[in-house]
Amino acid sequence: MGKSIIDKIWEQHEVVSEEGKPSLLYIDLHLLHEVTSPQAFEGLRQKNRTVRRPDRCFATMDHNVPTLNRYVIEDSIAKKQMQTLEANCQEFGIQLEGLHSDDQGIVHVIGPELGLTLPGKTIVCGDSHTSTHGAFGALAFGIGTSEVEHVLATQTLWQQKPKQLNVVIEGELGYGVSAKDVILSLIARYGTSVGAGYVMEFSGSVISSFSMEERMTLCNMSIEAGAKAGLISPDETTIAYCKDRKYAPISNAFDEAAKRWLALASDEDAVYDKTITLAAETIEPMVTWGTNPSMGIGISQVLPRPHEGADNEREGVKAALSYMGLTGGESLCDVDIQHVFIGSCTNARMSDLRSAARIVAGHTVHKNVQAIVVPGSQAVKKQAEAEGLDVIFKEAGFQWRDSGCSMCLGMNPDLVPSGERCASTSNRNFEGRQGKGARTHLVSPTMAAAAALAGKFVDVRTMLKKGSEVAHDCF
Amino acid sequence: MTAFKTFTGVAAVLDRKHVDTDQIIPKQFLKRVERTGFGRYAFFDWRYDSEGHANASFELNAPEVTDADILITGENFGCGSSREHAPWALADYGFKVIIAPSFADIFYNNSLKNGLLLITVSEQERDVLMVKAKKGEKLTVSLDSQTLTFSDGTAFAFSFDPYWKEMLVNGWDEISLTMHYEKNITQHELTHTV
Repeated sequence: MGKSIIDKIWEQHEVVSEEGKPSLLYIDLHLLHEVTSPQAFEGLRQKNRTVRRPDRCFATMDHNVPTLNRYVIEDSIAKKQMQTLEANCQEFGIQLEGLHSDDQGIVHVIGPELGLTLPGKTIVCGDSHTSTHGAFGALAFGIGTSEVEHVLATQTLWQQKPKQLNVVIEGELGYGVSAKDVILSLIARYGTSVGAGYVMEFSGSVISSFSMEERMTLCNMSIEAGAKAGLISPDETTIAYCKDRKYAPISNAFDEAAKRWLALASDEDAVYDKTITLAAETIEPMVTWGTNPSMGIGISQVLPRPHEGADNEREGVKAALSYMGLTGGESLCDVDIQHVFIGSCTNARMSDLRSAARIVAGHTVHKNVQAIVVPGSQAVKKQAEAEGLDVIFKEAGFQWRDSGCSMCLGMNPDLVPSGERCASTSNRNFEGRQGKGARTHLVSPTMAAAAALAGKFVDVRTMLKKGSEVAHDCF
Repeated sequence: MTAFKTFTGVAAVLDRKHVDTDQIIPKQFLKRVERTGFGRYAFFDWRYDSEGHANASFELNAPEVTDADILITGENFGCGSSREHAPWALADYGFKVIIAPSFADIFYNNSLKNGLLLITVSEQERDVLMVKAKKGEKLTVSLDSQTLTFSDGTAFAFSFDPYWKEMLVNGWDEISLTMHYEKNITQHELTHTV
């Protein structure tokens, strides 16, 4: 019987294993940020414990950081949290890329960018979107603060081996359909609990053809399908991305590592506990309309009518439509928006900004819309500026910001006011996520860009002509 | 962690599915560096109106359940963000036990590590539990015998992970236990390349 990549990584990291009990799993990389770590460091101090392997920890600041005037933090509680991270990293000898560092950014953007995220690693972080790193064929999952403390003290975690779910995505995606649409479509069809108790492995021709950035978008939101982690077997695309990254192995060591990484790929006869499929041709650009990521529709569809749904879904649909200020049966193309957020660990990498800029170039943001672009890292910001993307966005009327989590969760000053509507490239549309009473619609970067220009949702495919520039007559 | 003891208490009903951790503890309260005092912010945006007054229509504001020890709720409770502030808030609010048809993975681990007992029951059992709890019948929770017993004698058995049962019943500190395996960890570090 063949092995999956999950089996292989698991076996290589089991420190203690006893039949019927959780295994003690070794953790190769522990990423830290300011929000979920202070209580863990405090716990160590209270018990007079130390950090076992500071060299396997890496910290940045992302959740709280302002994206305008980033060095002036007016929120004193947020400021204290950031200062606490600085002090903790200094006390325990952990590398920190803070606000003044060129390597600062959203933890799930900088890990891959710096070559810290590599195939075959076990990676944890006190953040649910740690699943992002699974794109490299790493076993990466979010943990809570008690687990952060456990990893700091022991470099291990007790874990039950999860069940394995193979998500096969075959076919060819339609023009204008992105990785974000694939994952939103998967969750809309299978629900937010389909992955509960599983690690999801994505496979199939669509995945093979995806770039690393597209794979990251997909794995990032596997948590929204309830999965413990999402991952993809390493291939030549993975190896090419990792080569020459700042902290990746170099020369012969890299070549040796690459061989080991490729050997991690799931065997053809690997056995899964469950398999689900998605046909690429059936996916269209998606927009969420409700208050969890499964409440999404293709842009050509109309909103669900509560009375038409299953008995046990009606109340939920009704409550979500009410919160969102929407009516069943209407098209989202008729719905005005007031905000656009292009950013987050889901969609704030170079390819995301390039694809959005391509829609925006030469156009103007609708007069009723406030639109911001928040690059995923300072390195992404610098590269985008080198390519002139900042100028395209600014000339169109977007605000061009510094990196951070920003409006994805609004822990910093970037909030959507109550009752207002935001087309957002982030990952969660929960009630109040972007601000109390804020109405979040999750979309891809190109759909967000198109919505910014039109002041309402539009099918971005009507604006794209294969192989040519954006149609200038769309507005 | 404090050892979990059998107790009898009041059960509150929150008949909603997919309650995410953003609802359990909204983001504006995550900036604190302490582990305590989050109870006053639990379900903040549901619990209070924009002027800070208690929202009378929120289930947990009903006078008969303000001192509840047990929460009975819907599937996929605790989904979303990994914030451990969610179980900190629920425990500090006064809940010792949460009963639901399913829990999100990270929230499940976070809760047990804080001694907050999460019990999974079938949807049918949950429905019965909700009806009885709404009548104000007190519920006895025993992790030792893995039973839920109402004051009228109706009882339900639940299954529970033996590893976590031992941890909770004894109130053990997981890091101390792991430290016993330090030699194994060191050995692993010597023999494995990343």
